[in-house]
Amino acid sequence: MANQPVDQAKRRFLIAATSAVGGVAVAAMAVPFVSSMLPSARARAAGAAVEVDISKIEPGAMITVEWRGKPVWIVNLTESMSQTLSGQEDKLTDPNLDVVSQQPDYCKNATRSIRPNLMVMEGICTHLGCSPSPKLQPNGDMGDDWKGGFFCPCHGSKFDLAGRVFKGSPAPTNLVVPPHHYLSDAILLVGEHSKEAV
Amino acid sequence: MKNKVEQCMAGALTWVDQRFPLTSNIKAHLTEYYAPKNFNFWYFFGSLAMLVLVLQIVTGIFLTMHYKPDAALAFGSVEYIMRDVSWGWLIRYMHSTGASMFFVVVYLHMFRGLIYGSYRAPRELIWLFGVGIFLVLMGEAFFGYLLPWGQMSYWGAQVIINLFTSIPFIGPDVSEWLRGDYVVSDATLNRFFAFHVIALPLVLLGLVVAHLIALHEVGSNNPDGIEIKAHKDPKTHIPLDGIPFHPYYTVKDIVGVAVFLMVFSAIIFFAPEMSGYFLEANNFIPADPLQTPAHIAPVWYFTPYYSILRAVPPIFNSQFPGVAAMGLSVMIFALLPWLDRSPVKSIRYRGSLYKKWLALFVVSFIVLGYLGTKPSNVWGVFDASTWIVGGADRATIVARIFTLTYFLFFILMPWYTKKDKTKPVPERVTA
Amino acid sequence: MKSQSIINTVKHGFLAAFFLTLPALAVAAGGDVHLDKAPVNLNNHESLQRGAKLFVNYCLNCHSANYMRYNRLVDIGLTEEQIKNNLLFAADKVGETMQVTMPKAEAKAWFGVVPPDLTVEARARTADWLYTYLRGFYRDDSRPTGWNNVAFANVGMPHVLWELQGQQVMKTEEHVAADGTKTESHHLALDKPGVMTPAEYDVAMADLVNYLVFMAEPAQVQRKKLGVIVLLFLGLLFVVSYYLKKEFWKDVH
Repeated sequence: MANQPVDQAKRRFLIAATSAVGGVAVAAMAVPFVSSMLPSARARAAGAAVEVDISKIEPGAMITVEWRGKPVWIVNLTESMSQTLSGQEDKLTDPNLDVVSQQPDYCKNATRSIRPNLMVMEGICTHLGCSPSPKLQPNGDMGDDWKGGFFCPCHGSKFDLAGRVFKGSPAPTNLVVPPHHYLSDAILLVGEHSKEAV
Repeated sequence: MKNKVEQCMAGALTWVDQRFPLTSNIKAHLTEYYAPKNFNFWYFFGSLAMLVLVLQIVTGIFLTMHYKPDAALAFGSVEYIMRDVSWGWLIRYMHSTGASMFFVVVYLHMFRGLIYGSYRAPRELIWLFGVGIFLVLMGEAFFGYLLPWGQMSYWGAQVIINLFTSIPFIGPDVSEWLRGDYVVSDATLNRFFAFHVIALPLVLLGLVVAHLIALHEVGSNNPDGIEIKAHKDPKTHIPLDGIPFHPYYTVKDIVGVAVFLMVFSAIIFFAPEMSGYFLEANNFIPADPLQTPAHIAPVWYFTPYYSILRAVPPIFNSQFPGVAAMGLSVMIFALLPWLDRSPVKSIRYRGSLYKKWLALFVVSFIVLGYLGTKPSNVWGVFDASTWIVGGADRATIVARIFTLTYFLFFILMPWYTKKDKTKPVPERVTA
Repeated sequence: MKSQSIINTVKHGFLAAFFLTLPALAVAAGGDVHLDKAPVNLNNHESLQRGAKLFVNYCLNCHSANYMRYNRLVDIGLTEEQIKNNLLFAADKVGETMQVTMPKAEAKAWFGVVPPDLTVEARARTADWLYTYLRGFYRDDSRPTGWNNVAFANVGMPHVLWELQGQQVMKTEEHVAADGTKTESHHLALDKPGVMTPAEYDVAMADLVNYLVFMAEPAQVQRKKLGVIVLLFLGLLFVVSYYLKKEFWKDVH
């Protein structure tokens, strides 16, 4: 055996080279396996943007559509409902919409919407994912200072009509406004930013 | 700095070693496991079989995430994997190609054992565990083949399960019990899925561990078929012809792995159907219980045994002899350690008699394998005026002859290995 | 595929004998019908797009492609917008699969069998078979549909593309060999021309088959491209590991 001296540097180099190439191979191999767990073409097709005819929503009424398996609320605010959106900022956790992840830039405004009277938001509580109940009318079973909004039955989070969370709720942030835009006067597309917005 | 890191590592290792025999196991099975230094080409296939096993398990787990074991959904879910799941096609092709390559590697591994007498004392148990692995692997392949729920899947399973019907007295009940229905159906698919993804893999892993424990207990055989433990260094007690498995055989096996992966990838990326041998055209038609494909044949790795099944004629109107012969043709491998009476292990020191029988066996295996992929009239029929065989399918007669030689290789082994003129075996391994 | 035609061949021995003597479709050793070579080229996006259009316009009325999503046609160079405007007749969204509106029960009543799903038909039958089949329809008044096919004896499907191809008939010629034995040969002849010339029709069918081959395995072009990279990389692994092995085994030799 070993009658010639061992070139340790050469060995180290070859070990490093083989490990590097082998490591890249293993890492590259991991890509398809990890990717295979992402939403498939079927899931992506099922989660594609949803067209909604908004012309039939009466003022003061709300409809729920499904996008990516989640309820998306579309509320047509009346004049008086719109007025409730200002004046109680001191009671809200994030009245200025500082948590930017909760709405697209084009909805970072006083009503959190593209059209001031049409609210579009995901009906999923930001606390633990229950779907809050609409309590659109003032007062009622929500007490005398309730001006209309949403109430989560799971842990009592309260939101105003623009989906902004009230202080004292377990929910940390406002309801999410999904990407959306209007294809025409009557057609809303939920799930996609308009091309201009991107 | 470097010193500190090293100290830290050493400390961690000590901590582990006090609680788990890590270092001692690495020594026992890698750095101080002494393997003969004269391993050749044939010794790549053990580690390659391990590699394919791991690949099959990993790809299998990811396929299970998307596959649906439901007669109404199975075929569609495979196509879903092939087109809608990101990289699903690659994972599926790895698994389907892996199935065939598993048998390629295992057959070569078994052939190695055959030519160098690796099944001989004291390695009988390694061999028996290996035969067990082979049987379970055949089960895995059979159960897994139903899952795509294509025409070949369906009718292959139908035919194989119906073989059990020929068992005297209890046959029909047994096959009905296996299917869980009167034909192959959703119930059959569902249980085959259970066998394929959990039951048999567990058994397989256990057998592989047993195979390796037994191997490391007695030490590896080698192309000279002599025991390296017979000549140890008087001081260190290390076999003189042994070298540590790590690093020598790990670096060697990496080369083997690289070559194997090139072949494997070439198939996956350029010929995943392998001209119908790995993925059959008929299996792209969803299972139809009302219409049998005109020619059904098992996947190539089963065809030698299938040929034997077809070659044995029914006796008293019973298919059972054929079924029994097929079962025996697989099980008989287990008897090798006791059939071989030669004073030498390796083919290098055997006489020409053994070599002739081995060659005949290999030819029989290949011809039977080929004929199993073809309809029995592939070579036409003998002219009616031919002596004795007139009117019979030529291929059937050939298959009968080779079925006979297949079994004679085993049955006559005690006789010809004893009678054979062997050459003197060297004391130490030849390089 | 073959199996089907073989089964039918056996059932209708008379016609089988008839077909097996076709010289234009010379008989292979196994008894299969001679198949014309389909000029498949998956890199020809124009051909694939024309094929997709033919498929959607003619095949998809009765045959589904249940596992094929419309938006996969992006792979052959179409935009989602183009797919939506030109090909989306049977679905609302580009992400949907190519379903067929015809109920299965009605289809069975009309054709005797439910028209098979065509998603992976090219893998089940091969491109050459499809190419031969699509060009092999001829008039046969003994059939309920009035059509028969050289690749698929007594096929249940009528010749949907007859307006394009025209009508072929099977001509029979008798030959007398030198030793006096008589043999018959058969060949297809165009009886009434269609909108397309025979050459144009062949191109159209090549496009359609090309598309069917693509649809059967949309990932295949990507697969082969990736394969080259993988093999080159493994070649590199082989080289470095070979030198590593050689270096360490100096100790042994």
